[in-house]
Amino acid sequence: MSTYLDDQRGLRSWLVTKDHKRIGILFLIATSAALLLGGVFALVIRIKLLTPGPAMMSALTYNRMFTHHGVVMVFLFMVPVIPTVFGNFFLPLMLGAPDVAFPRLNLASFYVYCAGALVVLSSLWFGGVDTGWTFYTPYSTTSPTAVATAAFGVFLVGMSSILTGLNFIVTTHTLRAKHLGWMQMPLFVWAIYATAIIQVLATPVLGMSLLLVAVDHAWALGIFDPSMGGDPVLFQHLFWFYSHPAVYIMIVPAMGVVSEVVCTFSHRRPSSYRAIALSSLGIAFIGFLTWGHHMFVAGISLFDVGAFGILSMMVAIFSAIKVFTWTSTLRHGRIRFRAPMLYFFGFMFLFVFGGMTGVAVATSSLDVHWTDTYFVVAHFHFIMVGGTLTMFMAACHYWFPKMFGRMYPERWALIATTGVILGFVFTFTPQFLLGNAGMPRRYFTYPAEYQWLNVMSTAGATILAMGLVLTAGYLIWSIFRGPPAPRNPWDSRGYEWLAPTPPPVHNFDEPLAITRGPYDYHLPERMDA
Amino acid sequence: MIEHAPQHAEARLEVQFEDLAKQEHAARFGMWVFLGSELLLFAGLFGLYTAYRATHSAEFGEAVHHNALWIGTTNTVILICSSFTVAWSIHAIRGGRERTTTLMLLLTMLFGTAFLVLKGVEYSQHFREGILPGRHYAFAELPGHGAQLFFTLYYFMTGLHAIHMIAGLGVMTWLVRRVIARRITRSSHTALELGGLYWHLVDGIWIFLWPLFYLATR
Repeated sequence: MSTYLDDQRGLRSWLVTKDHKRIGILFLIATSAALLLGGVFALVIRIKLLTPGPAMMSALTYNRMFTHHGVVMVFLFMVPVIPTVFGNFFLPLMLGAPDVAFPRLNLASFYVYCAGALVVLSSLWFGGVDTGWTFYTPYSTTSPTAVATAAFGVFLVGMSSILTGLNFIVTTHTLRAKHLGWMQMPLFVWAIYATAIIQVLATPVLGMSLLLVAVDHAWALGIFDPSMGGDPVLFQHLFWFYSHPAVYIMIVPAMGVVSEVVCTFSHRRPSSYRAIALSSLGIAFIGFLTWGHHMFVAGISLFDVGAFGILSMMVAIFSAIKVFTWTSTLRHGRIRFRAPMLYFFGFMFLFVFGGMTGVAVATSSLDVHWTDTYFVVAHFHFIMVGGTLTMFMAACHYWFPKMFGRMYPERWALIATTGVILGFVFTFTPQFLLGNAGMPRRYFTYPAEYQWLNVMSTAGATILAMGLVLTAGYLIWSIFRGPPAPRNPWDSRGYEWLAPTPPPVHNFDEPLAITRGPYDYHLPERMDA
Repeated sequence: MIEHAPQHAEARLEVQFEDLAKQEHAARFGMWVFLGSELLLFAGLFGLYTAYRATHSAEFGEAVHHNALWIGTTNTVILICSSFTVAWSIHAIRGGRERTTTLMLLLTMLFGTAFLVLKGVEYSQHFREGILPGRHYAFAELPGHGAQLFFTLYYFMTGLHAIHMIAGLGVMTWLVRRVIARRITRSSHTALELGGLYWHLVDGIWIFLWPLFYLATR
C-alpha cells in the first residue's frame, strides 16, 4: 500500500505538494537549516568571547553576528518550528481529518516563509544588520547596515505565520472527526490552537512595526525619531506587544509536546486534562498584557511598571498549574526512559528554573539591576530556547516512527540527549552568574575577571552543538537505514498512532471512529480489536 | 467556454470536508479570521496615531484642517456606494441574476478606481505644497514636528489603505471573470461573498480614517 512518502516520487511532487504531512517535512528541512545557521552564528559569538579583548573580528562584525543569531533563531526557527512542522503533520491526524482546511494556503505559507527567510538572509549580503534582533529605534532607522531588508524579511515570515495560524484555527473548528468534542481533543491540539490565536492576533502588529522601521530606514521618515517629534519608546510598545506574546508562540506548542510525551511514557492519563488545556488559553490571554516588563528602564511610569510586573507574575501561575499537573501525571505511572522522556525531564528543569528567574526579573527593583545583562540573556535562553528546543528535539524522536516508518537508535539518542541537556545547562548557568556580576549583554569586550565563566559557557555550547550534530546524524541515518517501525511503538493512546505507519496520503483508510479518549490508558488501544 | 461549465457539487467538494456546507462554512470562517488579522494590522497604526495625537494635539488639529474635506468626504460617499453595489451583486447572484451581478461588480470597480483617482489628485496637491513624509517635509504653513508626524502617518495609513484598495480591485477583476465564465453561480457563490467581505473591510477601515484625517479638527 502506498504511503505519503512514496505515493508520488520526484522532487517536483514534493515542491508542489498539498499534503499537510509533506508540507510538515518541507518545514522540517527549512527550519532545521535555520537552526543550523543560527547555531553557527552563536558558536562564532561564543568563540570570540573566549578572550576578553578584541579578537577574531571587528566589533561591527560581532554586532552583526549576535543580531543575525537572534533574528534567525527567533523568527526563522523558534516561532515557526513546532506549529509548522509537527502542527502541520499531526494536527489533522489527531483530529481524524484527511488534511488541513486549506491545503493550498498551507503550501503558500511554506513559500512565503522561504521568501521571507531568503530576504532576511540576503541582508547579510547587503552588509548585515547590527541593531540586535529587537530593531530598537532610533538606532535601527539610522544604522548604516541593511536594516530595511531584514525587517521586511521578518514581515514576510510573519505573513506565513498568520496564514498557518488561520489554517489551524479553521481546521480545529471544522475538521474534527465525528464525536470528537473539544474536551476530547489531544492536548497538543489545544496547544496548537491557542498558539494559532496568538499568531493571528499579534503577528500583524509586529509586521506593522517592522514595516514602519523598514520604510523609515529606507526613506528617513523619522516616525520614532525624537529629533522629529517622534517617540522611540512607542516603538518598543508596538514591538513588545507582539514580541512578548511571541514568547508564548514559541513555548505553548512546546508545552503541547510535553503533554503528549509525559502521558505516553508514563502510560497514564494527565492528572487534569482540563487544567492543562485551559491554562494554555490563560497564558495566551495574559501574555497579551505583559509587554511592558521589557521596558522597566525605558522611561515608562512607575504605575505602569508595577502593573506590568504583577501581570507578568500571573503568567507564572498558569505555568505552575501546568508544571504541577505534568509532575503529578508521573505519579503511579509506568515510566519509561526513552529519549523524549529524558527531554521531558530536561525541559522541566530548564522551564522551572527559567520560570523562577522570570518572576525575579518581573520584580522591577531587581530588574533594574539585571536589565541588559547576561542574566536576562540566560533567563530567556533557559525558558524560551530551553523549552522550545528540548521539545522540538523530543518531538523529533517521539513522532519519528510515525513520520518516517523507521525507528531511531535509542542508545545513541540517550547519549545525544544527555549531551544536549548538559551542554545547555553549562552554556547558560555561567551566564546567570556573569549577568548578576554585572556583565552587560551585546558587548564586544569585557574585563578579564569575567573570562573563566565565559570559557565555561563556550565549553557548554560546544557540548550542546555536538549533541545536536550527533542527533541530526543518527536521525538522518535512521530515515534510510533504521529498522521498520510498528504502527504504535510507544503503546500510546493518541489518535495519530491509529493511522498506518507511515500514513497514506489521506491519513486514515477509513474514517476515524472516536470510541475512547486520547489518554484512556485503562482501555485497549483499538476498541474494535 | 465549455471547460468552464458549472461544476457539479461533488467536483467542488475537497477531500478533507464531509459536505459542501461545511466547506463553505470553513471558507467563510477563515475569511473572518483573516479580516480580524487585517484589523490588527491597522490597529498598530491607529495606536500610533492616538499616541501622537495626544502629544501634539493642537498641531494635529491644524493639520487636519489643511486636508481637503471635500475630497475626503466624496471618497467616503464613493466607498459607501461601492459597498452597496457589492452587496447588491451578492443579492443578485443569490437570485440567479448573473448579468446584474456582473454589472454591479463592474460598478464597484468603477467606484474603487474613482476613489484611487481622487486620492491621487489629493496626493499630488500635497506634493506641490511640499507636504512630503518624514525628513522631506517642507510645508511652510505648518512647520512643526506635530504636523510633520501627522502627514507621515497620513501617507502611511492612507497609502496602506490604498494598497488594500488595489488588491481589492484585483479580487473584483477575478470575481467578474469567474461570474462571466459561470464558475460563480446561484448555487456556488462563496468566493463572491468572501470577496465582498474583504471589500467591506477595506471600506470600513476608510470610515475610520476619514474622521482621523479630515473631520477631527479639534
